[in-house]
Amino acid sequence: MPLNIVVCVKNVPSTLAVPVDPATGLPKTAGLVFAMNPFDEYAVEEAVRIKEKTPGTTITAVALGPESDGAVLREAISRGCDAGVLLSGAELQGGDNFSVSRALAAAIQKLSAEKPVHLALFGKSTNDDNSGVVGGQVAAWLGWPGVLFVKKIESIDENSAVLCRMMEDGVDKLKVKLPAAVGTVKEINEPRVPSLKGKMAAKKAAIPTWTAADLGLKPEEAGAAGARVKVARSSAPPPRPAGTRIAGATPAQTAEKLVAALIERKLI
Amino acid sequence: MSQQKILVIALLQRGVVSPAVYELLTAGRSLANVLKQPLAAYLPGGTAEQAKELVERGADRVLWSGHAALKDFNDELHAQAVLAAAAQEQPSWVLIPGSVAGRSLACRVAVKLGAGLATDINEIDPASGAVKRSHYSGNLQATMEFKSPVRVVTVQAMVFPQAPAQAGRAGEVTELAYAPAAAGTEFISFQAEEAGEIDLGGAERIVSGGRGVGGADGFKAIRDLAHALGAAVAASRAAVDSGWIPYRHQVGLTGRTVRPKLYVACGISGQVQHLAGMSSAANIVAINTDPECPMMQQATYLVVGDMFELLPLIVAEIKKRRGQPVAA
Repeated sequence: MPLNIVVCVKNVPSTLAVPVDPATGLPKTAGLVFAMNPFDEYAVEEAVRIKEKTPGTTITAVALGPESDGAVLREAISRGCDAGVLLSGAELQGGDNFSVSRALAAAIQKLSAEKPVHLALFGKSTNDDNSGVVGGQVAAWLGWPGVLFVKKIESIDENSAVLCRMMEDGVDKLKVKLPAAVGTVKEINEPRVPSLKGKMAAKKAAIPTWTAADLGLKPEEAGAAGARVKVARSSAPPPRPAGTRIAGATPAQTAEKLVAALIERKLI
Repeated sequence: MSQQKILVIALLQRGVVSPAVYELLTAGRSLANVLKQPLAAYLPGGTAEQAKELVERGADRVLWSGHAALKDFNDELHAQAVLAAAAQEQPSWVLIPGSVAGRSLACRVAVKLGAGLATDINEIDPASGAVKRSHYSGNLQATMEFKSPVRVVTVQAMVFPQAPAQAGRAGEVTELAYAPAAAGTEFISFQAEEAGEIDLGGAERIVSGGRGVGGADGFKAIRDLAHALGAAVAASRAAVDSGWIPYRHQVGLTGRTVRPKLYVACGISGQVQHLAGMSSAANIVAINTDPECPMMQQATYLVVGDMFELLPLIVAEIKKRRGQPVAA
């Protein structure tokens, strides 16, 4: 039976060197080039692979951000998603993981009301905030099973999925009832680049925008007002102290000097 | 000031209290001292003996639930158990290990408590209640303030020292009844990694190889040094993507974030994506043929040279110092 899949994606700065605005003490992202969060490519690819194995499956990409973030949904469509929905409007902006996951959960519920969603896929984390919790929080809001750090979807049908989760000391195998939310890691697949056909579809796609009100959220439940944490300020970490060059007349002497230095510092 | 209770979640890993929990007890103790509160811990799936050990390591009060359903980590069942403990304790701070299980658990617990969640924190200011964590992949350090009365945090591994055991320390140990509810997640099995492998997240020493390792065979030199140092083995994305070593060893933006006392980077140029995963290591040794590579700018000790020539010599020197036989 075909599945109905949602993939949550985010538009993030494509550089890691984000400056701090001296006036606000906060990261300044205006003017930077944005692209799909690289970890989300794995989630999109996994959805497309499920679709290839289960014909008739539909994939909707959902993003939350400013109007310009429609671009990330077109990128998702070019990679094989069927449709995109942008959650936007002033009330949804400036959120934290709590309010963003709440809005995404509300969007998944709204999509489910039209056609039941079986699976919501997420990247490992986003390049900007690095929290890696929104997928798990969406599961909590919806009362669904939620499994993060998934390196393999071993099997999936409309009722359940068998997942391999990468733990620190090995691999957990879990069976979850669907619907469920799944966070992926890089090992799950190798994302393909957008196809020409996909790019054409992306160009033509109509991307609806849903506001907080469309999602049934009160203003105090959305965006900055609905957030539970905020970044008060941000700064570059202190630079590392200058290092010491270790060099001997021969490689053996270099090795000797290095080991002596490490022992002196009680590092080995 | 209202009472701000602190609850440490003492997660087990395969039946053993995770060392990260002892780090949480250190972080929790400093909070407890400033807030003048007892330090409480909840041990899901543990034993009375393990609960007593938490008391010896600084908890004033330990709740534990020994149910078999909590033996392996199950997001829903563990969250249910932790929420029951939280309902009893009414904590203002919930401290959770920054592990896969800890992060997974924190998501559900924070939403159900209506609480703010900050992950992988590396600093707590008990007086103001603010925490610090890195964002933009280690390029910036953020100060986070909570707007909710309850704060849920996961704590980055290796930031706080492990609380030492003080034999005979007094505290309260109470069993908390737990009956598993229906869950949509069923634990099937666990497949362990090779025996004897040291986990990167908790490793004090790491030896890591990059593009300069040149191939899967080249990692033998890395492993030999790691073995001599009692270190974990890591790799850059270039080495993992080339298929020389499995993904679980990858350090960096797309892999693990580590914070060892010593990180030996061999043949790793130090691209910003790799630095994102290891730049908070206390000491870095860079071994590279290129004296200008970015890793050299990060390094505590800079060694310019061929890693294949140097690593066996370093291993031999360590063995010599320890009075161990040196292979010819």
